[in-house]
Amino acid sequence: MNELAERLARRYDAEGWHEQRKDLASISIPALRVRDVLAWLRDEEGYKHLSFITAIDNIERGVFTLTYTVRNHDTKHSLMVHADIIRENPVVDSVHLLWEQAWTYQRELKEWFGIDCPGSPRKDEEFVLEGWDQLPMMRRDFDSLAYSNATYAERPGRVTHDPAAYMKAQLYPEADQ
Amino acid sequence: MSSKKIEMAPLANEGLPLEERALFCDVPPREYEPARGVIEDFYNWARSQSLWILGFGTGCGAIELRPLMTSRFDMYRFGIQPRATPRQSSVFVIGGYASVKTLKRIVRSYEQMMGPKFVVALGSCTINGGMYWDSYNTIKRIDQYIPVDTYITGCMPRPEALLAGFQELKKIIRAGRAEGQNLYARNFEWYKENQKKVIKDWNMPDYNW
Amino acid sequence: MKRDRMPYIPPAERATPDLDSGKYLLMWQGPQHPGITGNMSLRLVIEGDTVVDCETHVGYLHRGFEKLMERRSWMQNFPLVCRIAVPEPDFNEYCYAAALEELSGIQIPEKAVWLRTFSLELMRLASYLMWIGGQAGSFGHGTIIQWSATMRDYVLDLFEELTGGRIYHMYIIPGGVRGDVPAGYFKHVLEVMDTVQKNLDDIELVMYHNAVFKLRAEGLGYIPPDWIDRYGITGPNARAAGIKRDLRKDLGYLAYPQLEFQPVVGSKSDAFERARLRLQEMYQCIDLIRQCIDLMPKEGPFRAKTPNPLYWKVPAGETYVAAECTRGEYGFYVVSDGSEKPRRVAVRGPSYTHAVSVMERLVRGVNIADVAGLMVSLHTYPPEIER
Ligand code: SF4
Repeated sequence: MNELAERLARRYDAEGWHEQRKDLASISIPALRVRDVLAWLRDEEGYKHLSFITAIDNIERGVFTLTYTVRNHDTKHSLMVHADIIRENPVVDSVHLLWEQAWTYQRELKEWFGIDCPGSPRKDEEFVLEGWDQLPMMRRDFDSLAYSNATYAERPGRVTHDPAAYMKAQLYPEADQ
Repeated sequence: MSSKKIEMAPLANEGLPLEERALFCDVPPREYEPARGVIEDFYNWARSQSLWILGFGTGCGAIELRPLMTSRFDMYRFGIQPRATPRQSSVFVIGGYASVKTLKRIVRSYEQMMGPKFVVALGSCTINGGMYWDSYNTIKRIDQYIPVDTYITGCMPRPEALLAGFQELKKIIRAGRAEGQNLYARNFEWYKENQKKVIKDWNMPDYNW
Repeated sequence: MKRDRMPYIPPAERATPDLDSGKYLLMWQGPQHPGITGNMSLRLVIEGDTVVDCETHVGYLHRGFEKLMERRSWMQNFPLVCRIAVPEPDFNEYCYAAALEELSGIQIPEKAVWLRTFSLELMRLASYLMWIGGQAGSFGHGTIIQWSATMRDYVLDLFEELTGGRIYHMYIIPGGVRGDVPAGYFKHVLEVMDTVQKNLDDIELVMYHNAVFKLRAEGLGYIPPDWIDRYGITGPNARAAGIKRDLRKDLGYLAYPQLEFQPVVGSKSDAFERARLRLQEMYQCIDLIRQCIDLMPKEGPFRAKTPNPLYWKVPAGETYVAAECTRGEYGFYVVSDGSEKPRRVAVRGPSYTHAVSVMERLVRGVNIADVAGLMVSLHTYPPEIER
């Protein structure tokens, strides 16, 4: 498999090949080359099946890391292709022409992270939410609990425990003293 | 039905475009006025014996309705059967958590049901949010938005629990204590206010007949 | 559309019907509709009784799992994951547990491997039994579900005996399985398997040799083989098109390499072929369950030692674990940054492609009465689309 890593590095400045399992590896590429790399992988290297597209919010580094997972069904090998895009203006090329289901994932990226894929069909329509007026909710700076507490009425009497403290008090009450 | 004057103001239907407002009813729901004595008892007996469930699977709990409908648990023997449309059904089973998007449809389906109508809510999610207590998209208690007559606890409730719950509902109906529908009419404004607080893009009539 | 034009490949372009012309009707199928799988909706534009255009709307079951999982510790997430796909929870548990074990480098004991395989196959059988009732019902065949739902219930009883839960089992926990088999359990399993098998024979006679079902399902929803990669179709939907692709064989996870089976492959790729293929897979499940019982080690530990769940820190890393569920490739993508909570968990449900892009295309030109049957024949579950 390492020839693939070398070829990717030579052609597309890919780096950080990491062999996770014998049938799974990951690699990072520059975000501008996403469509080229995926098209090349699909057409030349046999990675014909797109498993999913998703993003990780690396807020500490100020980037979204996109993950495209593709599989080669002949060698039974999966490859996770990573690309970093900056958080302030997250735009990435759309791959909806390579795979017909990709637009759904890109619609999800738009709604859940605010990542824009210009040209992707129906990307601005609402996907799973309705009337959402907050930050895209999968961003790490969106606080789900605070929003929930502020919006939805709660039945009084519900208590929450810290699991560690609670279990200690229940099981080993004498341990503290 | 009743000749009592409607005290509430006509509904504004502000969610609708101007030209459509006239198409929809602007009368808020009214309370049901019971018949006299034994006749109402008879009515209640009849109501309790034929509970028709609205076939709307709103959450995880809907999956236990399948075994309930079929030969093993067979709810038909209790006079309970699923119906396809809200107009024919008298019981709305809220099958667990309700996301905001579904809540909108729940309100709409509930209002479209003909009275007398009853609501059964399944699972901890409808009671206090269950394990989605911190989710940004699911409500935490359903009785803020539509009135509930019986709760069935569990995550998820077993078919036997559902049957027991329906028996309980029958008892309540028989005793004439299934007041959900009246509650909704009485506190209509409060319910609407709660609903509109979470359903941000309110684009339907205020009361769907 | 006339049935003699089937199988029919719908146009790739979306039609742009002029809704004001009075020729078309805009209609919603769902979310409150008996002919829809679960809680989702289709926005159909029809001309006469032929569907011209379709848009799927999902999100009625969105609970925000992926966000919630970032807020909980690794073990607290465990009761959450099984709720992602309601009719088939065990695959969630397996994928999540396997991802966690891979990241923390935990080896699970031999017996746990077998018990996992066993319970996944049992789950597959239950899920197919649920599906077959829906498929028959959507073509107006009310009897089958009366049988199959009961058979499924017998299988759920087995789960209850093994795990204590009917629908959600939380059995395949990180590190192994939660409990050993109770005494005399496999005897029950074999009895139930005999009953189910007998029942399947009946179902085959009544349903698959029924003229109405055959006429309505044959040629409906044809998926050409070249769509498989373009649309990312997996599982029985792909195998019915003649593409031999089964992750149980390809990835060889759990005890599958030691079991004897061949993926069932079809060729005609229409609704009937898919239904036939799934029926054969049910027989295969029963066979695999029997094999599991024969080959399973009788003794030995069923759980590896795992760190204290309250302070469990998973080493930084990422992995993607996939498994073959009844609908196709089910996968969990798990990223850890070395803390007590996951950094990101993403779920890949097979319905994501089947129910949205494939469905939208296939439904064009279909008779309105067949939309429900087509949808069920793709075997879609909305909760795994929107999570
Ligand atoms: S109570 Fe449990 S089973 Fe019911 S909807 Fe909530 S999570 Fe699902």
